[in-house]
Amino acid sequence: MEDHLSEILPSYRGKRSKLIPILQEVQAKFGYLPEEVMRELATFIGIPECEAYSVATFYAQFRLMPLGKKRVAICRGTACHISGAPKILEATEKVLGIKDGETTADLEYTLETVACIGCCALAPCLRINEDVHGRLTPAKASELFPAPSTNKGEQDVQ
Amino acid sequence: MSNRQCTVLVCQGTGCISGGAEPIYSSLEGEIAKPDLRENVHLKRTGCHGFCQQGPLVIVEPEGFFYSKVKPDDVHEIVQSLLPERKVVKRLLYRDPITNKRIPYYRDIPFYSKQQRTVLRNCGKINPEDINDYLASNGYQALRKALFELTSEQIIEEVKHSGLRGLGGAGFPAGQKWEACRRAPGEVKYVICNADEGDPGAFQDRSVLEGDPHSVLEGMIIAGYAVGAKQGFVYVRAEYPLAVKRLYIATAQARERGFLGRNILGSGFVFDIEIFQGAGAFVCGESTALVLSIEGKRGMPKSLPRPRTTEVGLWGKPTLLNNVKTFANIPLIIIHGSEWFASRGTERSKGTAIYSLTGKVANCGLIEVPMGIKLREIVYGIGGGPPGGKAFKAVQTGGPSGGCLPAELLDMPIDFDSLTAAGSMMGSGGVVVVDEDTCMVDVARYFLDFTQKESCGQCLPCRLGTYQMLQILERITRGEGVPGDIERLEWIGRRVKEYSLCGLGTTAPNPVLSTIKYFREEYEEHIYNKYCRAKVCALGMFRIEPDECVLCGLCQGVCETGAVKEIRNKFFIVQDYCNKCKSCYTICPVGAVRVEKYLPKEVTK
Repeated sequence: MEDHLSEILPSYRGKRSKLIPILQEVQAKFGYLPEEVMRELATFIGIPECEAYSVATFYAQFRLMPLGKKRVAICRGTACHISGAPKILEATEKVLGIKDGETTADLEYTLETVACIGCCALAPCLRINEDVHGRLTPAKASELFPAPSTNKGEQDVQ
Repeated sequence: MSNRQCTVLVCQGTGCISGGAEPIYSSLEGEIAKPDLRENVHLKRTGCHGFCQQGPLVIVEPEGFFYSKVKPDDVHEIVQSLLPERKVVKRLLYRDPITNKRIPYYRDIPFYSKQQRTVLRNCGKINPEDINDYLASNGYQALRKALFELTSEQIIEEVKHSGLRGLGGAGFPAGQKWEACRRAPGEVKYVICNADEGDPGAFQDRSVLEGDPHSVLEGMIIAGYAVGAKQGFVYVRAEYPLAVKRLYIATAQARERGFLGRNILGSGFVFDIEIFQGAGAFVCGESTALVLSIEGKRGMPKSLPRPRTTEVGLWGKPTLLNNVKTFANIPLIIIHGSEWFASRGTERSKGTAIYSLTGKVANCGLIEVPMGIKLREIVYGIGGGPPGGKAFKAVQTGGPSGGCLPAELLDMPIDFDSLTAAGSMMGSGGVVVVDEDTCMVDVARYFLDFTQKESCGQCLPCRLGTYQMLQILERITRGEGVPGDIERLEWIGRRVKEYSLCGLGTTAPNPVLSTIKYFREEYEEHIYNKYCRAKVCALGMFRIEPDECVLCGLCQGVCETGAVKEIRNKFFIVQDYCNKCKSCYTICPVGAVRVEKYLPKEVTK
């Protein structure tokens, strides 16, 4: 963990204004913001730990818990909402066996909702990592994921 | 160029990429690699064409053949049609949903022919990742003119005279802002481009950045020269990875060619642009919050009274903050002059507006139209009206800060002022069309749910007011609304509008207040009849019409609570068991399941 951090920090000057870019890079590397890393970068920038924490919790992008390998973002933009995004969310929750904001026990999937991915013409849509899938129906959305039984099985193994 | 030569444009906007534009590009590349074709056919990636619904799009220039919904299997046929003589692949042409005729040229398609694309002039025509394409379409000519032929005062005078208003939503006159920033004392000044497009249902900033990033950079450099700044920032949402990537490419190319950096074009002017990725907070679209966010702090708007950002902005220095589209207009004003710009639009709103037209319309996508166009032109002329013969109900403009406009207002010319007067606002320019299948109470609840979550929590009216309003709305949509709820919503809404600290709070009640104003009877039905006419909310009395029922039994099979019972030759629903999940209503093949109003007790008696 320290190795990674020593790769990230030297490219920044220890300035307050670099807090958000550093947090973004840390998250890109680890997938979330580990506590030890947060402490260390607060010292590096020279701000109290609580301030680094307050910034990290303010923005929707930052996560304090590890994420799944695949991040599933259900778009809840206006166009998606009126074309049935709540049903898509429901179907995805069912097939993955987790609720909005949760991660499967095998750290495979994280389910989240986002305000808008900007593919309104393809509503309703969802994004898995960087790939956008549009014009969904609850059935089509479920097909994007392995059947719930196999997923559950993996959880039991864990 | 001989007439054998042609260019194949492949749209690479987010919409088309998710529709599968990438495999199409690579197989086109493979097909065109053959010797005869290689000399005559140019393949080009472009930014968003706007007509995302028909994506992936492929266009053949110079004729302008417009192929929609292209699949990798169609590529071979397209390439075959290019040589020796260029023919049109009829099968892939866009089919007009009204006349059902194929339209070969994209300039004839109603979606495009009714638009005036000036800010979007290059989107879908040039390769956004190649500065040479931008240069070939008069790119950076405005910068040259500004640096060598005009003084800063003249530029500001031009911008003022053009009547350009901030296209981020509030519509503050851009020239006035520039002048205030120029006059503010201090050596160090900043220019910020606000690309924190957080409104659900709006994607025009993203499309401009993805399709024509250099036009925004050029506008920013000119702004920097006019107000006397040396450093610029683009505050772009991290949720827009493609826009971020193209901005990085564009700034690197501009630096290489001497449009950014020290001594721009040999004029001695110094200016550079840094890209800042916003970490996802809707309130950061507010100027003081955005500035704090770049400083690395929590993005909470400064409390009142606060000095303008043009006086005390980033790190306490005078800062010019404008939206993506505002900056993209600047090169046009400098080149064509303020008279040309002011010749379009209405008395007080000049130029064009870019809307993302989405929701229940046949043609969704990104459109650019003159200010003051009638809503009807947008919804029916360009959008083609609601698909499937459904009845039009309302237009929601301006996202969570805007409101809903009913069918009666379809003939209203829309600009900054008329929208505000109607209880909505221009906002980020999202235009969401809703039809009879959309519940207005649910739409209001949806927007409030969004603003309530995004409220930074700093000031009480916004933090508690939006929460209380949401509680009431949720109660109404659950069927637990009580008489007096509508008045309570109005009372709280007016106070949140009046006393909140920043733009988020002062506009948050708009969706609720405007739907109450224009669709009050829907609220009343929810509260008094426990009925939702759009059948979105879990409300109403479910009943099976025996005369229409074909006794297939699907409804009984799908009912999770066992509310559908069968006696001899008919099915019926036991009201006490029914949880109003609508499964029977959705599954019935003949539409025999009815959702009806509960009549008030006095009447049934």
